[in-house]
Amino acid sequence: MEYRIALAQTAPRLGDIDANLSVASDAVRRAAVEGAALTVLPELALTGYLLQDLVPDVAMRADDPRLRALANDAPGMLVAAGFVEETDDHRYCNSAVLVRDGEVIGIHRKVYLPTYGLFDEGRYTRPGDRIRTHDAGAPVGRIGLSVCEDFWHASLPMLQALDGASLLVNLAAGPSRAPGGSAGLAAIAGWHKMQDTYALLGTVPIAFCNRVGNEEGLTFWGGSRLIAADGSTVVQAPLWEEALVFGSIDTDDLRIQRYGLPLLADERLELVRRELDRIIRERAGIDGAEWPE
Amino acid sequence: MDLPSAAPLPEIEPAQAAEVMIGFIRSQMEQTGFSRLVIGLSGGVDSATVAFLAARAIGPENLLAVRMPYRTSSEASQTDALRVVTALGCQTELIDITPMVDPMLAVMEEGEGAELNVRRGNVMARQRMIVLYDRSAQFDALVVGTSNKTESLLGYGTLHGDMAAALAPIGDLYKTQLRAVARELGVPDEVVAKPPSADLWPGQTDEGELGRSYESLDRALFALVDRRWTVDRCVAAGLERDLVEWVASRVARMEFKRQLPPVAKLSLRTPGIDHLYPRRRPGSRR
Repeated sequence: MEYRIALAQTAPRLGDIDANLSVASDAVRRAAVEGAALTVLPELALTGYLLQDLVPDVAMRADDPRLRALANDAPGMLVAAGFVEETDDHRYCNSAVLVRDGEVIGIHRKVYLPTYGLFDEGRYTRPGDRIRTHDAGAPVGRIGLSVCEDFWHASLPMLQALDGASLLVNLAAGPSRAPGGSAGLAAIAGWHKMQDTYALLGTVPIAFCNRVGNEEGLTFWGGSRLIAADGSTVVQAPLWEEALVFGSIDTDDLRIQRYGLPLLADERLELVRRELDRIIRERAGIDGAEWPE
Repeated sequence: MDLPSAAPLPEIEPAQAAEVMIGFIRSQMEQTGFSRLVIGLSGGVDSATVAFLAARAIGPENLLAVRMPYRTSSEASQTDALRVVTALGCQTELIDITPMVDPMLAVMEEGEGAELNVRRGNVMARQRMIVLYDRSAQFDALVVGTSNKTESLLGYGTLHGDMAAALAPIGDLYKTQLRAVARELGVPDEVVAKPPSADLWPGQTDEGELGRSYESLDRALFALVDRRWTVDRCVAAGLERDLVEWVASRVARMEFKRQLPPVAKLSLRTPGIDHLYPRRRPGSRR
């Protein structure tokens, strides 16, 4: 069965939730006209990225009516969008929400908060502690949500693929590290290479939605993509510019792909767990392991 | 002298870099609520490049280029500044700073030689800042800065003078990269090709004053700053030790010019320490 995905490569306005909600609902309406089953918006699409001490001012609870209303203009459509979440115990997280028909289907709290180089996320937000998939029913199936830097840790998409994901969705706010030269383009190529590899190794399609625009001195690069389970590019949005692009995924392809390339089925989970347990023990100096080594 | 290929000049994609800087300027205008810019146009390649970027970003009619010669400023600089204005079709104004600067210079009796030259240069740079900020209020504009990365890292600029600005489009562009961007934008050849000079006294050139070529300075800066090389590694790659040590020490000594002054922390929330906000947020747009 074939379904369409819309990637809404927007340029969120810093701290302006109302303006960003309006951009999001506009994208959702346009995607509905095109028959999309899922619309993906970027990381922190509702708040902007360089929030610093604005974090508590723009935070929302997961059951905030504004989140639940994200897909109201498109009955039956799934919408994924990034926002600042305040949990019941007042942790502030960089989260992705998946909603449909006024109902929250899943939340992912960014697990890996980059705090190096031009990034300072760990100062303002707290990391999530769950890596899950969310059943969205036919045609999309199980969705594995992640946020930007999460994808630079191969364990996360691989766990989601093993957990039964039939689609990985990564929401990003990627500022170019060197937009003036070839180093910046090489970094973008690195992102794309990494996605191709995950699609291939996880035999799973990937929807990647990265924002554009400027905040302070940063320029966000866009280049949102839909990648099929064989690692091929279905559609790619332009660099640097706002765009709404569409691509299709055929779930029958996934059946055939996973029969021909049964990597997930062959995965040795018990073995991986045993070795992980050993590495954890040794790193922590448990069970008589030498320390420091 | 053959410069080492192991310590290369920083590369640049001129067209791509220009688009990023133009996008940056537009976004700053949008975020601040201003639609006009004012720039001090010297006739040199830095301010010419920023003027071209600004005109592309907001339209030449929204750019005011202020030419501010002192009586010793070179004629060629003024001719080149006019070339830029003509090429862009932007608004312009000529303000001679001599009658503002001379009374101040007249009370600077002590000092001599190079030190006095620097003090006099600082007075001129700060007087130009006063004119630019006055014009920015009159023209309802932001002052756009013209400091490049080489100057900024070496602290080769006057605090509260030419370094004063609301935004810095070329602040991450080395001098040697800037020329490529200038050519890409169509800055007149005469402006791109001439030796860089602050034109604060007759015959002054940047490279004469700094004692090194921009090419060797940029090779050393790129290695030390962007690639985080140690001095020894730079020397092993073929750069002269004297040059690298001078550059490294200057970058460290001039750190104060790149940061706001430290605030003595007394309270629970202190600006710059734990009261941290983006410059532009809801409510801060004018």
